[in-house]
Order: sequence, then structure tokens, then C-alpha cells
Amino acid sequence: MVLLAVALSVFRESVRDRVFYNLLLFAVLLVGASVLVGQMTAGQDVKIIKDLGLSATSLFGLFIAVFVGIGLVWKEVERRSVYSLIAKPVRRQELVLGKYLGLALTLLVNVSIMAVVLYLLLAYMHWASPPELRSAWEAPATDPALLKVFLLLYVQLLLVTAIALFFSTFSSPMLAAALTFGFYVIGHFNADLKHFDAVVTSTPLVWLLRALYYLLPNLAPFDITAQVVHGQPVPTGYLLMTIAYAVVYIAFLLSAASYIFARRDLK
Amino acid sequence: MSDTRRVRPFVFGLVLATLVVAFVGVQVWRDRVYGEPAPGDSVLYVRSGEALRRLSLSFSPLLADVYWVRAVQYYGGSRLSASTTRRYDLLYPLLDITTSLDPRFNIAYRFGSIFLAENYPGGAGRPDLAIALLEKGFRANPARWQYVQDIGFVYYWWMGDYRHAGEWFTKAADVPGAPWWLRSLAAVTLAQGGDRQSSRRLWQALRETADNDWLRNNANLRLAQLDALDGIDQLTMVVRDFTARSGTIPASWDALVRARLLRGIPLDPTGVPYVLDAGTGEVTVAVESHLNPLPVGSRADRPAR
Repeated sequence: MVLLAVALSVFRESVRDRVFYNLLLFAVLLVGASVLVGQMTAGQDVKIIKDLGLSATSLFGLFIAVFVGIGLVWKEVERRSVYSLIAKPVRRQELVLGKYLGLALTLLVNVSIMAVVLYLLLAYMHWASPPELRSAWEAPATDPALLKVFLLLYVQLLLVTAIALFFSTFSSPMLAAALTFGFYVIGHFNADLKHFDAVVTSTPLVWLLRALYYLLPNLAPFDITAQVVHGQPVPTGYLLMTIAYAVVYIAFLLSAASYIFARRDLK
Repeated sequence: MSDTRRVRPFVFGLVLATLVVAFVGVQVWRDRVYGEPAPGDSVLYVRSGEALRRLSLSFSPLLADVYWVRAVQYYGGSRLSASTTRRYDLLYPLLDITTSLDPRFNIAYRFGSIFLAENYPGGAGRPDLAIALLEKGFRANPARWQYVQDIGFVYYWWMGDYRHAGEWFTKAADVPGAPWWLRSLAAVTLAQGGDRQSSRRLWQALRETADNDWLRNNANLRLAQLDALDGIDQLTMVVRDFTARSGTIPASWDALVRARLLRGIPLDPTGVPYVLDAGTGEVTVAVESHLNPLPVGSRADRPAR
């Protein structure tokens, strides 16, 4: 109950902070691009709209996850409203978890609306295209498999939010943002760490890098945009394994964040 | 509220509007006096597709789209350029980057190879790079027999190398899922080389397997060019017949119409009149015809044996 109350208050605050204004920008970007790309891409407009819609969802979501995520705990401390909260029967762990769930709800609404807008635009493009043009598409315009991309994209954003929240429990907002972006970038280069033995001869270093490969968040597997846009299958087992990885990693980050925040001296 | 207060926003708005008109006006004036700034040459700062793929994090499909749009605009801009020295030197790097960022970008391989292979100045005149691009596509997508067929086609049409063309059609036929007729196309190419009939079969095959309107239209254009070559052969015979009978080369198509050798002014498949050179009696398509220039010079202009 406490978790739900905290989560809903974060969601309401997101609405008050006009976080959802990005949806308007998203819609304008997509509709504007759909008018332009048809003239410039030699028949690749559906592919490009899909790429653009999914990338924009990822990018806007990333900014929300990082910039709202780092402020979740910090704002309460900075405004000193945290004192009135911890004076109530709310444990610090519940506060951290509730904040996280609130932002997860904000991201869910955001990603869902973006998915609906993208599907509406693609449905229009399907309707406006002659059958012979549609037959040349690698995947249908309103391909249900796009939902798989949105799902993994959302789960990836949940992981990034957990990273941002974790850093925000013990560092300044600027540092937390820099570290979160750093982890996001590393998360996409992660696979290189595993194969460093090809360029490094020192065995301890190779083992250290391999350990980092397993310890740092691996975000590359969450990106299945290219496969789905080209009509390639994505096995359900792959989706489940990737989601399971995220769930365990998020659980670890939230546990660590709760532990650190519970022991933090707020005086 | 006093009148002054009510008028102030209006005056302020008017001043702003006047300033906007003023700075736009000064810019227009300066451009008229000193000329508009010339558009800069296209520049490719990063040429490594692999480096860009890594830098793009999870946005490589979108970046591939950006490079694809650049490639299409670069090709179109160069092709339509009024300059006598059209440049296509960035075309291959752009296509290479596009396909490195998104190795499944089917149309980038198929269109790109056409842009690269087409004779200069209509294209880059680099069939070797077209083949390199298609080979890269086949390495990334081993089930795509179309890329192997397209390599055979580049050898056939743009290089006139029928032995290699036949070999590549055979390789395409060996790819699981490839259509049966590729094997007969390979046999015909090896046996008959590049006569017009086998060229027509090849283009018909390409039209039937085209997975895009642009490829289909390109095949239709080539088929119309082959029809125009047939028409030119027939008209040349008529001109020779007239010359043999009258002892002079006809001055125009009207002379042949009056001699009842033609029913009217002969039109090419796009509806534009053929051109008769009154000095040499040579027949060709008009400069303004979409079929110009015809694929003369390659063996594809030979009639069927």
C-alpha cells in the first residue's frame, strides 16, 4: 500500500513536471518524418519510420529514465521533504522501491503511447500504399513483432532507471547522470570485453576484463530493432532470457540502492 | 488600464515584426549583391562503417537510414547535376557505411550496385565496386541468391564478361531456394553470350524477381531499350532499301512515308520519334527520349542469332 502511494505520487509529479510533453514532440517528429522520407528514400519509408519511431522511443525513454531517475531520491533530500516522509511509517527501502515503481509506471505510459502513435502511423502507411508496394516490404507495416521490440526497449529502460536510482542514492545528480550514461555506453560495448584475449596477452588482465563483461550491465541484447524491422524471427526463449537477466540485475541494483539509502546519514 | 499600457504590446509586436522583416531583407539584399553562398562539397568525415556502427550504440539501424538517404541524395544530386564533371567518388563509401551499419539493408545492396555499375555519367561506372558491394551483401546474407544473380548481371550487362556472368548465375542457382530458371539462364549466357534475345530473357527474369518498384521500372526501361534496338534495326533496313532504290539517303522520315515504306513517323517505345541522320542514314533514339543513351557498344545491341 505504501509502495503504491509513493509510486502514484511519483507518477503524478511526472505529469506535473510535464514529462509527457515529449510525446507531442515524438508525434510531430514521426508525422513530419513520414511526409519527408517518402520523397527521399527510394521506397524505404516504412522501414525508416519503424527505425525512427523505435529509436526515438528509446532515446526519449533514456532521457526520462536518467534525468527523472537521478532526481527521484536527490530531490527529496535537497528539498528536505525526505524528513517528513521518514517521520511517517515509511521505511527507506519502501521509499526507494516506490520511487522506482512510480518512474516505471511513467515509462510504461510513455512507451505505450509511443507504440500506439507508431502503430497508427504505420497503419495509415499500410492503408495508403498499393498492394504491389506492400508485397515488397520485408515485414508488414503493422507487424505485431514490433511489440517485442517495445517490450525489450521498456525492460532496458527499467534497467537504466535502476542504474540511475542506484547512483543517485550516494552521489550528486550530475555525477549520477554521468555514471548512468557511462554505464549505458559501456553496456553497448560490453561484448568486446569478453574477446580482449585477441589483443591482450596478459592472462590476469584478460580474466579481469572477462569478469567485467559478466558484472557490468550488458544492454546490447535488448536491441532487436534491426531483426524485427527486417522481418527476422526473434525466439520467445531469447526474449524471456533477456527479460530474466534484466529482472535479476534490477533486483540487485534496487537492493543495493535500498541498502545504501537506509544507511545514509540525512542530517 | 491606461491607453498607453494597452498599446504597448501592440507596438512591441510591431517593432519585433519590423526587425524580422529588416534582417531577412538585409540577407536577401546581401545575397543579391554578393551572390548566394555556394553549397559545400559533400564530405564524409568518418569512412569506417564498423567504427560508426560501434559509435551508434543501439541506434545503428537509424544511422543506416541516414546514410542511405545521403547515398540516394548524393547519387540523385550528382546524376541530375548540370556540371560536366559529375562526381560519384563518395557513392561507394556511403553505401559501404550503410550496409555496415545495417547488414540486412537489402535495397542498399541492390540499388547501390545499379548506381555504381551504370556507365559514367549516368552512374559511377564502377562495376568492380558494384560487385564488391554485392559480395559483401551475400557474405552477410547467405540465403539471398538475388545478390549472386545481380553479380552475374553486372558481369553480363556492364562488363560484357559472359563467362563470369554464366559462372555467377550458376552459383546463384546453387543457393538453396533459388528459382530453377537461373540454371537455364546460366546455360544460355555461356552458350550465346550477350545477344539481344538472352539480354531480354535476363531483364525479364530481373523484372519478375524485383522486390521493389524502382528495380522493376529499371528492368522495364532496359526492356524498352532492347525493343528500341529492334525498331532501329528494322528502320535501318528500310533506310537502306530506300537508299538502294533512289540512290540518295532519305532527308527525313517524310520521304520514307511518301515512298510508302513507312505508315507514319516512327516512334520509339516511349512515344518519342526516332531520329534519322540525313547525312549518314543512321537511325537512333532522340536525345530527349527516356531511352537515351541506348546500350550500344556492349554486345547487348547484337540481334539474336
